Parts: sequence; C-alpha cells; structure tokens
Amino acid sequence: MGKRIGIEVAIAAAEAAALCRFEVAAVYPITPQSHVAEHLSDIVNDGRVDASFITVEGEHSALSAAIGASGTGARVITATSSQGLLYMSEVMPIASGMRVPIVMIVANRAVSSPINIWNDHSDIMPMRDTGWITFFSENGQEAVDMVIQAYKVAEHRDVMLPVDVMMDGFQLTHMVEPLFMPDQEEVDRFLPPYVPYATLHPDNPVSMGTLAMPDIFAEAQKSKDAALVNSLTVIKEVWKEWEELFGRKYEPVQTYLTEDADVAMVTMGSMGETAEVAVDELRRQGIKAGLIKIKLWRPFPFEDLKKAVKGIRVVAVMDRAVSFGGPGGPVFSEIRSALYDEPARPAVVNFIIGLGGRDIQVVDFVDMMKKAAAGKLAEPYEFYGVRG
Amino acid sequence: MTTLTNSPTIIENFDLYAPKLVSKEEFFSAGHRACQGCAEALAIRLMCKALGRDTVITNATGCMEVISSLYPTTAWKLPWIHVAFPCAAAVGSGVEAGLTALRRKGKIPDKRVKSVAIGGDGGTMDIGFQALSGAMERGHDMLYVCFDNEAYMNTGIQRSSGTPFLASTTTSPAGKKIPGNQVWKKNVMEIMVAHNIPYVATASPAYPIDFMNKVKKAREVKGSAYIHCLVTCPTGWRSPSETSIQLGRLAYETGVFPIYEVEDGKYRFTMPVPEKRRPVADYLKGQGRFRHVTPDQIKAIQERVDIEWEMLKIKIASSKSRAEIREQVKS
Repeated sequence: MGKRIGIEVAIAAAEAAALCRFEVAAVYPITPQSHVAEHLSDIVNDGRVDASFITVEGEHSALSAAIGASGTGARVITATSSQGLLYMSEVMPIASGMRVPIVMIVANRAVSSPINIWNDHSDIMPMRDTGWITFFSENGQEAVDMVIQAYKVAEHRDVMLPVDVMMDGFQLTHMVEPLFMPDQEEVDRFLPPYVPYATLHPDNPVSMGTLAMPDIFAEAQKSKDAALVNSLTVIKEVWKEWEELFGRKYEPVQTYLTEDADVAMVTMGSMGETAEVAVDELRRQGIKAGLIKIKLWRPFPFEDLKKAVKGIRVVAVMDRAVSFGGPGGPVFSEIRSALYDEPARPAVVNFIIGLGGRDIQVVDFVDMMKKAAAGKLAEPYEFYGVRG
Repeated sequence: MTTLTNSPTIIENFDLYAPKLVSKEEFFSAGHRACQGCAEALAIRLMCKALGRDTVITNATGCMEVISSLYPTTAWKLPWIHVAFPCAAAVGSGVEAGLTALRRKGKIPDKRVKSVAIGGDGGTMDIGFQALSGAMERGHDMLYVCFDNEAYMNTGIQRSSGTPFLASTTTSPAGKKIPGNQVWKKNVMEIMVAHNIPYVATASPAYPIDFMNKVKKAREVKGSAYIHCLVTCPTGWRSPSETSIQLGRLAYETGVFPIYEVEDGKYRFTMPVPEKRRPVADYLKGQGRFRHVTPDQIKAIQERVDIEWEMLKIKIASSKSRAEIREQVKS
C-alpha cells in the first residue's frame, strides 16, 4: 500500500510519472516547474526508467516533440508553467485534435506582465478551450495520484485525449509534504502498458494531422467535444478504481459540510485546504458554511456541481485569475452559467484572490464568506484585499 | 568528382537510364493536388524513392499538407504527420525519440526507421528556425529537408527570408518606389554547417540523381543531416509550368544556386563545375517575379553571385574534413 514519505511535491510528481514508466519526456525548464524537469532528467539518466529525454529548446517544441513521440505509440510526459504554457498554446489544440494521450504537469504560475513567478491560475485559464482534460490537485498526494490517474484516463480507448494536471506553483511544487508513494507493482496493476490506436510506423503507414475542409471540420470538432464530454464517465470509473485500490477518494466536485450549509465557497487547487479550516472557523462562530472544491475543470462536471449547491443560499466563487473586461473570474462565469436553468438557484458572487502568489489566509476566507453571506459585494466581482 | 550517375550528359538520357537507377516504387502517389509544374511535389516524390519504406515523414505546414492530405484522402504511402507551421523539426525529434525508445524496449520491430522532417523556406528559415536549430544541435538521428521555393507560397506569395534580392512578392512588391525584396537571401546552408552536423547539402530536382544520392547519403548518416532543395514554383515565380526543370538547371548553371555538399566539415561540388557560368540574366528573364529589374540591378545581382561563388570555391579548395584534421592534429 505504498510508503508514507516526506518529499517535495514537484519531485514526487516526477516520481509518479516514473511509476507510469514513461518512454519519452520532452521538457523545457521554467520556474516553478523546473524541479519536475530536473527530476525527470535524473530518473532517465540514472536508468530508473527506460526512456528518452529530449532537452528541447523551448516549450513550443516540447509539446511538438511530445506529439511526435506519442504519435509513434510511446508514453509521453511533459511539464510546464506560465509563459511556457502560453507558448505551447498553439500546439495544445493540435494535441487534443490529434487525440494523442500526452500527460502534462502544470506548475501554475501567474503570466506576465508584470512578470511574476508565483502562483495563480492565469496560465491555465486561457487554455480552457483547447480540448484537454484538466485536473486540479489540492495537495502533494493528489498531484502524485492524479499524474498516475491521468495516463489511465488519457489512454482509455473511449477517451484518447491529452490530460494536464495542475499543481499550484510554490504552494505545492516546492513544499515538502508527507504522502503515500504507490509501489511500482500497484501502479503496474492499475495502469497497463499503453496500446495505441494507430502509430507512425512504416509497417502500417497512417497519415496524422491531415487537412480538413469545411465539409468535415465541424464534424471533427464535434467528435472532439463528444470525447471530452464522455470522458467524465471514464474519469469517474478510473477514480472509483483508484479508491478501491488505494483507499483515496476522488470526485469531480468534492464537498465539505455542504449538506446543511447556508453559504458555500468554491475553490480550485491548493486554496481548498485553507478554505476548509476557514469553514471550521465559521461553523465555530455559528455560521452554516460549506466548501465546494472543483477537482475536474474540463470536462466541467455540471451535474455534480448542481447537486453540490442544492439548498445553499449564497455561493462565493474564489477565482485565482481574471477574465479582463469579462463578467468576473473564469470559474465564476462557468458556475453562474451552470446554475442559470436551475429553478432554485443560489446567489453566486465572485472574489478574485491570491493573484501572483498573494497570500490567502484563513481570516481572509472567513471575511469573504461573511461579506458574501451578508450580500455586501459592491461590484459584480471583487478583487479581494486589493489596495486602491 | 564527376560520376556516371551525376553527370548532366547522363541526365539528358534520364529515360534511358532511370529505370536501372531508381526504384519504381512510389511512396508519394499520383492524385495529389499540386499545381502543374510544381517542382516541390516532384522533389518529394524523388526524395521518398531515395528514402525507401522505413521512413516516417513529419511535414511542416505549407503547400504540401494542403495538396497531399485533404481528408479523407492521403497521397502518402509512408507514415506521415503534420502538426503546425513552426514545429516540423521538433515533431521529427519526438518521432525519432519515440521510435528509439520503443525499439530499445522491443515494442516495435528491431529495424532502423529514419525520421525525416520537411518544410518550405518559411517553415524552415523563418518560423520553424528555432525548432530546426534545436533539433540539429541535439543531434537527433534525423534528416531535415528544406524545399525552398523562395516565398510563402500557399498563403499567396509573400516574402520569406528565402526570397532573393529584388524578387517581387505580395509583401515585397515591385512598387514605384521600392523595387521588390530589399535584402539578400538568408544563407541557411552556412548556419547549418555551423551546427557541426555530419552532413549538409544543396540539391535540386532538376538534377534528380544527384538529389537522390544525397538523400540516400543523409539517410545513412547516424545523426542530423540537412538538405536544402531549391524547388521552382510556377505560381510564385510567375514562370510557365513547363520551365520548372529548366529554371532549376539555370539556377545551377548561373551560380545562383550552387550544388554542393559539406560532409564532416569538408566542402565539395557534387556536380561538374561549369567552366564558364552563364550570366544570371539568363536565369532571371524567364521569371515574372524579376520582370521589373533594370540592367543595373542585374549587374548588382551578378556581382553578388560572383562573390558568393568565389567564396564557395575557396571553401571547396581549402576545407578539410574533421577526420582529416584529427589526423593532422595527432601527427
């Protein structure tokens, strides 16, 4: 049942990829992802995994090389962050459109300008519509587990899509956490070798990435959308299997004390743990608070969310990114839109917090929840605690 | 050195000799949608013959994926992948790494499959240049072939860094004030040589045997190889379709596009060197893109070509291979 060890999360995530016996890694280093890149190199150069490591000259090439390698039928890992993810953005929809099951670790970091190396979610949010399955991990354990789960989902014949696993930069990547590292045997039992659908090999030549005219392009896009929507079933199955094997439960929408809640927060990523403590504090103060954590950003789990907010009066969405000139943060608009057709829908308010590594403490969540409960938001969305 | 297979006199009798010299197997099939007289489609057909079956092609965005991969058809009998305009060399690197890893692990048959990336002058010399430099520097067992038709052709004949001086394109038009492209063609060959890769060559489908011999040689190289192939584009060059091969030969005979190779650092002409090069005017006059050039401008082009030719001759006369220099250093 694995061993409980203390380990830096970025290194643990690379170790998780090693347990999946990746065959090609194509990675360009960027803070705060660098420890992933470095540790993947260590693993390959020490011969712990029989793989090729491509020291690409940039992220655009990292994902391009990953597509080429995945096209041959190899199991591929890449990782990036911030500007690197944006630099990859041209190639991201190509990976999903070509249905190559690449797994990418993203150490979430703010995007320029001003330049800032710390955590928020402004790198992944512009990638929302590129057709990748997107997991959000909350702590080191989840980061490790999700990397392994990601391959099982990505390579499922009904899915065949790339998966990216989010872990907050520094808040997670650079923390040493106690976590269970699965054994190789356990992972081998959970994750069979990758059997590709078609490969680039002269013994059975195929053409990949061909040109589609208007008469077929929309059909191709629809089938990609259907694959993404339908992957929810596979993700739930894989998470169920994980729970049976490892005893750790994963749900697209995870709730904490929401059954009788009057107000609830919605969080993604590492802030969920601080928010949980804030909910306990609010409950001590007699406020019926709850917490909703989104673990699966794409495909968005609409039904699970609707179930989670049943009976709640106010939902406060905590966004770690801005949709400039838009209706509020990206998670906020998603959730408000999801609830629009509900006959008894809660009020949905939005706080934009924690940008570029700004600290969010328990008292901040308590304060925001009280404001939300009292209906005291002056604007449709509030940059919480921002001067001027 | 002149050999039987690359002598221009033999090439005059290509029909007679070709069946004995060239594989009849086609990997780039008829029925693609290239323009009449497209030298690039011809060059790719020849390249595939020289490469043979155990090849994976990575294609940068350009004319070729448009004309050859229109869903649900494909002109490719070799495994083929297209990703995006800037990334052919990177994708080719991934293909090579993937095949190597899978072969080492016994997951695919134990035979050498060559990763070959191809792109036009834009995908090679401009937007894909970083990926190309990265792939060559890392020394992947990969051949990169640039099919240079000297502009961004399938988007509408816009200038690239492969466009020659004074050529009229839609973004460097021969206007009333500025007569066409104002800078000289980028010398990508020298940049590739500077990457210290084992094999670099220029070629042209106007000399098919020479081109195919180079592709074969590059295929055998363990490591990175680069071939720069000049391909006439009747649409972009504003030249009659039936003159594509003629223009390819004139590019060589005038010295505008010298045909040579750099093997292990040693420069060598691979075609018989013309005793007297033809004037560049002979090459320019058949092409609408140079219609506007004045005699003075032709003189300037001639002077540049003469200088480049002499510089190349010096390199050919004086360069030594790394192996030769290694011996020299030892003794």
